[in-house]
Amino acid sequence: MSNPLLKLENIGIQFGGLKAVQNVNMYLNKGELVGLIGPNGAGKTTTFNMLTGVYVPTEGEITFNGQSIKGLKPYQVSHKGISRTFQNIRLFKDLTVLDNVKIANHQLAKHSILSSILRLPTHFKGEATMEKESIEFLKIFELDVYKDELAKNLPYGMQRRLEIARALAAGPKLLLLDEPAAGMNPQETQELMDLIALIRKEFDLTILLIEHDMSLVMGICERIYVLDHGQLIAEGTSEEIRNNPKVIEAYLGEEVVH
Amino acid sequence: MKKSKAFWGYLAFALVIYAVVQGMLASGMLDLYYQNMLITICINVMLAVSLHIVIGVTGQFSIGHAGFMAVGAYISAICTMKLGLPFIVGIILAGIVAAVAGLLVGVPSLRLKGDYLAIATLGFAEIIRIVFLNVDYVGGAAGMVVNHATTWTYAFVGVVITIMVISNFTNSRHGRGCLAIREDEIAADAMGINTTYYKVVAFVIGSLFAGVAGALYAHNFYIIQPTAFNFLKSFEILIYIVLGGLGSLSGSVMAAIFLTAISQYLQAFPETRMIIYSVVLIIVMLYRPTGLMGTKELKDLFKVKNRGGSEA
Amino acid sequence: MDWLQQLINGISLGSIYALIALGYTMVYGIIKLINFAHGDVFMLGAFIGFFAITRWEMGFIPALIIAMVVCSIIGMIIERVAYKRLRNATRIAALTTAIGVSFLIEYTMIFFRGATPEAYPQVLPQTNINILGANINSQTIFILVVTIILMILLQFIVHKTKIGKAMRAVSHDADAARLMGINVDNTISATFAIGSALAGAAGVIFGSYYTRIDPLMGVLPGLKAFIAAVLGGIGSIPGAMVGGFILGIIETVVSAVGYSLWRDAAAFIILILILILRPAGIFGKNIREKV
Repeated sequence: MSNPLLKLENIGIQFGGLKAVQNVNMYLNKGELVGLIGPNGAGKTTTFNMLTGVYVPTEGEITFNGQSIKGLKPYQVSHKGISRTFQNIRLFKDLTVLDNVKIANHQLAKHSILSSILRLPTHFKGEATMEKESIEFLKIFELDVYKDELAKNLPYGMQRRLEIARALAAGPKLLLLDEPAAGMNPQETQELMDLIALIRKEFDLTILLIEHDMSLVMGICERIYVLDHGQLIAEGTSEEIRNNPKVIEAYLGEEVVH
Repeated sequence: MKKSKAFWGYLAFALVIYAVVQGMLASGMLDLYYQNMLITICINVMLAVSLHIVIGVTGQFSIGHAGFMAVGAYISAICTMKLGLPFIVGIILAGIVAAVAGLLVGVPSLRLKGDYLAIATLGFAEIIRIVFLNVDYVGGAAGMVVNHATTWTYAFVGVVITIMVISNFTNSRHGRGCLAIREDEIAADAMGINTTYYKVVAFVIGSLFAGVAGALYAHNFYIIQPTAFNFLKSFEILIYIVLGGLGSLSGSVMAAIFLTAISQYLQAFPETRMIIYSVVLIIVMLYRPTGLMGTKELKDLFKVKNRGGSEA
Repeated sequence: MDWLQQLINGISLGSIYALIALGYTMVYGIIKLINFAHGDVFMLGAFIGFFAITRWEMGFIPALIIAMVVCSIIGMIIERVAYKRLRNATRIAALTTAIGVSFLIEYTMIFFRGATPEAYPQVLPQTNINILGANINSQTIFILVVTIILMILLQFIVHKTKIGKAMRAVSHDADAARLMGINVDNTISATFAIGSALAGAAGVIFGSYYTRIDPLMGVLPGLKAFIAAVLGGIGSIPGAMVGGFILGIIETVVSAVGYSLWRDAAAFIILILILILRPAGIFGKNIREKV
């Protein structure tokens, strides 16, 4: 096996004595679409937060593209080529749809503060490129007609799509999607999954997808990791996961509690 | 390009205002009282706009803006009165030193959020004031005598440059980075915006122009004293932008013009002025917390749909 | 024994800061608002005490009680009129309103009676007691005793009474407290009443100790008390007391070693150091934002 794009080695984090996640080993090869599933509170989002620099793991190592990214700030992680969406949509609500995407596109532009203040030609060129690229991203998600709407005025499903468009505009190699289908109906979910497959091809992406609902990722992910109580309990293809007794127990156990 | 045309349009508009007022001043239609009022308006607009970039654009709640104004006022006064440098050099140095002060204050305090940041900026502004109060070189509590050098031309050019720089900054990828921080700092960070950097940049630009405004202020009032830059002054600047609409540049400009004009008429009744200020402020905060203009700009009120090429 | 003298001075000043700081910390703990007007309630307390003593010829204790009662009513009115609508407002709107209320009280006071200071009458016995070589005014001891009684009373209210339990519940989680049948609005009012009463008491004590009061007297002690609250850990009642004493002692020491003009700067430098190095203060807990 060649070098994976992303590698987590024994990572773990403690919040004041409480081990939220421990001994997680994962890898993602370039171009893979991998699912990370687990019951509520299993540590999925915490893992994402460690990957993106929001939390610094208290143990273990994270390598991306052969470099350690542990301890980098979120914006630095983003510059390395990891982009994410949030479970509880975090759009720039009072800005337009277009500006939301442009902000993520920020790091790909080069014109300096001085050139913007003095309105030098590099500013106009840079801004024009950003505008063009951002609209392209919006088109993929069929949001270009709403480009001047405020993000908060979009319906829920579109807000979720805008978040993905925004994450994509940051130019990632690895895209982390945190429950992208949460709150969607089955039809919208299906459309979203098709869209994810499409952008993955189009942009040559590697994708890590968190889902709470197991059935959802089964169809689309090549490999699946299962977290429970902060630890990996299983890894494999959907078929293997489906029949794994530990997974069934984790999920059934939760079902009973509900 | 469409956008650069808008830019020249604004500049032409500014020139027309300047020419008209200058003509009225030259012909004696506006006397010294109005000239002084116009200069004060310009200074307050500069202060408002320079705080707007910190609070309105970047969402960092600073209530110590008068501290940077004080730095500019004193530095420029030292330049012209003690070192015998020309006024323009004093203005430029005032801006630079105030910007450095902004950097020194901003780097440690901008890690704080919300209330804590507000209190830290208030603390820094008080420390700056106490320093001037205790340094005999600048006259301590008695203050420092300063020659009158600020003219309508200086003040107006100052306003135009301030508005242009801050508006150009805001309407660029850098300004959008700052807006993103205001909207959601965590998301901005995750989208690759170096939040600390942009917060500090906005703070430094704001301090720079507060310093320039301070220089113009110092050379308009014959004397500067530390008490002129106390919390009350910071509060006055805050009122302009809160009332005008947090996030609205034209709103803060209009509020600054309007309130300065009113307070000139109420000059003989300072208590009444403060009572009116605070009552209006409380009412606006309770019933329209986004300020009169919200985040809208004046031009948005005229264009309902189809907003394109709206850069200054 | 000069240092003992200074220590006593520091504790006296600190006890006044502590009394004001308690109101800041309680209000912040329950509605997360820096009540900028709190320093002005302290000023109003001083004036009410002044009128009670000079016009109605009351003694210190009755004047103190009157000031506390009136201030608690004023505190509740401020909360109901200005702050109640702000519960879900942005921080900027809430803080701006609080600053507005503060200026409104100060300048309304100036509007009606002018900015001239008043000389506080002597109401307490003035005999010097010699302890370990330090001359200690009997007034100082009296004031310290009153402060300590008030603090014990507060501890009793917060920990042993029903309203105290409600206050702690609301500050922990207002929504959950409401579901448990606690009247959140009344609890918040009670918090303002208690905090304002303590500020009012501090006003009367300040007046009789420093003998000079004016309409803007609340600004600086108000800010200092807030610094004390931050120092102790905002939201923490013991923190406010400890923070108040520490700040009072530090200020006195800075003055005593000959830097009295820098006394106010010292307080603000402490504030900034605390905010940067340990924003949760001595007794506070760090809270991280959920992503």
